Amino acid sequence: MNVMRNSDPRLHYLTPLKQTPFHPRTAAENRLNDWGPWAGYTTALSFGDTAMEHSAIRNGASVYDLCPMVKYRVTGRDAAAYLDRLTVRNASKLSVGGVHYTIWCDDAGKVIDDGTLFRLGQTDYRICCQERHLPWLLDSAIGFEVYIREETEDVAALSLQGPCAWSVLNAAGFDVADLKPFRMRSFPFDGGELMISRTGFTGDLGYELWTTPAHAIALWDHLFAAGAPWGIRPIGTHALDIARIEAGFIITNMDFIPVDQAVREDRARSPFELGLEWMVDFDKGHFTGRRALLKEKVNKSSKWALVGLDIDGNVSVEGSIIYHNGKTEVGTVTAACWSPSAKRNVALAQIRRPYHETGNLFVEVYALRELQYAKLMLPARMCERPFFAPPRRRATPPGPF
Amino acid sequence: MNYDAVIVGAGHNGLVAACYLARAGQKVCVVEKNDWIGGAAVSRELYPGFTYSNCSYVASLFRPEIMRDLELPKFGLQILPYEGGAVFMENGDYLGMHRDHDANRREFARHSKRDAEAYDRYSRDVLRHCRFIRPMLLRTAPDPSSFRPRDLSELAWLGKQMFGLSEAAMYDMIRFWTMSISDFLDEYFEHPTVKAYQAVASIIGTALGPMSPGTAYVLLHHAMGDVDGNVGAWGFARGGMGSITKALKASLEAAGGEVRAGNGIEKILIKNGRAIGVAMENGDEVHGKRVVSNMDVKRTFLKHVDEGELPGDFVKRVKAFKIRGSSGKLNIALDKAPVFTALPPNSPHMKGDMHFTDSIEKMERAYDDWKAGHYSADPFQDMMIPTMIDPTMTPPGKHFMSCFVQYAPPKVEGQDWTDADRDGFAKACLDQIEKYAPGFKNSILHVEVRTPRELEKEVGLTEGNIFQGELTFDQLLFNRPVPGCAQYRSPIKDLWICGSSTHPGGGVMGAPGRNAASEILRDLRAPTKDMSEAYAVL
Repeated sequence: MNVMRNSDPRLHYLTPLKQTPFHPRTAAENRLNDWGPWAGYTTALSFGDTAMEHSAIRNGASVYDLCPMVKYRVTGRDAAAYLDRLTVRNASKLSVGGVHYTIWCDDAGKVIDDGTLFRLGQTDYRICCQERHLPWLLDSAIGFEVYIREETEDVAALSLQGPCAWSVLNAAGFDVADLKPFRMRSFPFDGGELMISRTGFTGDLGYELWTTPAHAIALWDHLFAAGAPWGIRPIGTHALDIARIEAGFIITNMDFIPVDQAVREDRARSPFELGLEWMVDFDKGHFTGRRALLKEKVNKSSKWALVGLDIDGNVSVEGSIIYHNGKTEVGTVTAACWSPSAKRNVALAQIRRPYHETGNLFVEVYALRELQYAKLMLPARMCERPFFAPPRRRATPPGPF
Repeated sequence: MNYDAVIVGAGHNGLVAACYLARAGQKVCVVEKNDWIGGAAVSRELYPGFTYSNCSYVASLFRPEIMRDLELPKFGLQILPYEGGAVFMENGDYLGMHRDHDANRREFARHSKRDAEAYDRYSRDVLRHCRFIRPMLLRTAPDPSSFRPRDLSELAWLGKQMFGLSEAAMYDMIRFWTMSISDFLDEYFEHPTVKAYQAVASIIGTALGPMSPGTAYVLLHHAMGDVDGNVGAWGFARGGMGSITKALKASLEAAGGEVRAGNGIEKILIKNGRAIGVAMENGDEVHGKRVVSNMDVKRTFLKHVDEGELPGDFVKRVKAFKIRGSSGKLNIALDKAPVFTALPPNSPHMKGDMHFTDSIEKMERAYDDWKAGHYSADPFQDMMIPTMIDPTMTPPGKHFMSCFVQYAPPKVEGQDWTDADRDGFAKACLDQIEKYAPGFKNSILHVEVRTPRELEKEVGLTEGNIFQGELTFDQLLFNRPVPGCAQYRSPIKDLWICGSSTHPGGGVMGAPGRNAASEILRDLRAPTKDMSEAYAVL
């Protein structure tokens, strides 16, 4: 049957969730068989102990399988001009070997998705994102000499994060001492190529490692051998989620609904409403959504704000309703946790303006304790993100932290 | 015996109306011309051991509010969601359908990577339109020319729905309600077979082709239903579609209602401008304080009411009501499951709807034949094998196959259908299946062939139109069936209509019957405590 599955492309439905190129290793490590679907792949939610996995992110070195991230390659003479038109940031200014976090909007200035843009060459970029956009990317390419290819399955990637991430790479023979945040560098590896970027989703010192599926297993084995002295361990999505909340990062379809999937029109959000206005470059020339965003900026017509909250007590507040003055509903918590790193009870939330400025916010929580709910109305304060930001995340060269 | 209401026709809408009236304490009697009940939601055993879904064959639109109000599960109704589906392609491949999002995307990607990633936006847009229309299903359409407070408030409600949309969404809505499905799909997809599959729901039951304006709305009519909250999903009624009307009959009888089958009506009795009952074909009369017709609007007023009783303008409008027949049906008892050469062994695709029309152009060609007055030489078929899921309809290992076929004109080149026409029509369908499943014909035990001729004669649907009138925008809402007559009433006092000719239209939905009962009870100032409002669309 296996032979048939491999040879007959029609039989994809027998395994609707694909396995990543690292699956032989992650499956062996997943002691509790704790899997979940992510973008059409089977991915580890935890390998057995989320607290220990989170601890590895902040204490030693952690490895997360990034393969399901959707990837598009953009090449051709007009690649930079195209991306300037597509995204809100200045893609021409991004130098070769650089990476930036970016978003793209529809014509009404509502966010379609966020992602990271890698400039691999003068006319060669890669977009990494959460959702799928081929029709939008192709339609946006009308009038540009540009080639767009969906290459999700052609890339195998791991995220190596933690204070000892640099030490592990050093021991693995990759010299990245002078690699600054949001820069990347290639190394020969296993007869192929390994690209290492100083990027990540934990707000800590960390790197992402990119190769082709053929070298995936070799990469895993090499990293784990080199990282043993630093307690390198695989982590699942639950541990990563805590780290990303501590870092204040948002996820499409968790912290906001992408406009092209928003069945309810009022769920769409602009960059201003997601706290992403800092990246909108109004001076670079026209881009999709620019007119609407300029109007929103001038008229101050944004309706929502995405904010960080610090909540009294230690009861985590996932999915809660936010009230002003304990009475008026003003928003929803989109992500929350007790932060083990910051020792604070934190949350990301969408709040209806102007309540993001008024203070006097409360979060309503139903805490289930042995089959009875404690109903809590907890005071919450707006606060800066990230909630946890160790200086090591930016130190160049990094030390043996 | 003088009933409170005599209902003409034991189809699903007639029975739904009867159930609600009976539960409100009304003495009701349903009269039915056939020896069996069900109208177009009917299951008969035409071959020993095989139960058919003789007309309608899938369920999605039947309102869950009605199933619950009338306790239909208690009376035996079970709706089973189905999976799968496929379009067989001329080149020997197929496009399969999957309930799983990732499997569906990969299947689309086999044919077009772009289309695979276009599906999310497409389904968002269709769902947006569904959300707009769903709250209207269980409401009486307002009369825009009336100044009665209720019509004004309903118009205001409708306006609020409309103006609750953004400007862009409003434009989309107006375009969508009037455009062709072919144009609509071109905005999302590139692959002909992907488009052909999506277009299916927009031509079914409609005497229009996929390139005709107005067909996009028909898609919505098929997408706005749900199976247990899964909007757009379809299912089978366990035991065949007749289970729906069987459960309704049992619910009606439990509420004290009566069904008299096997005797059709000759005419609706009218005295001093009021309907007072019906005269039966066998000479009996059944009297009631009101008559509620489940028959289509043409059959009701042009065949069973003296024209002299009606305003001339009304008669003219009823005559002009579009109710053109476009479809036929083959019900097939099979000795064994067919083997489709395109499908992998044990394919889940056979559990859903299967088609042989792999492009919009081919579908339009089939419609061209209809325009010329012929049945389609290369027909479009919506083929199902419910017994892939439902174990109750045939002996184990045997199968029931339901083939809905377009196009079949109400008359063949202007002449009535002959038996030879019927056989030619069936042959075109069976040959088409045989082409994709060699040997299929050898496993046929029995075929029931229904052209518009049989549908009109047996089920009573004028011209064989399955929706009791086309679902084009000019015949919807306050224009259904005719302007000024969209609130289940007629120009004749105490004569009501409750079939699919009325808002919100056809399909096994039950909403027209429920809404008609609601209006009758409102007139009677009787309580409607057993009638739920439409579930909120959050």
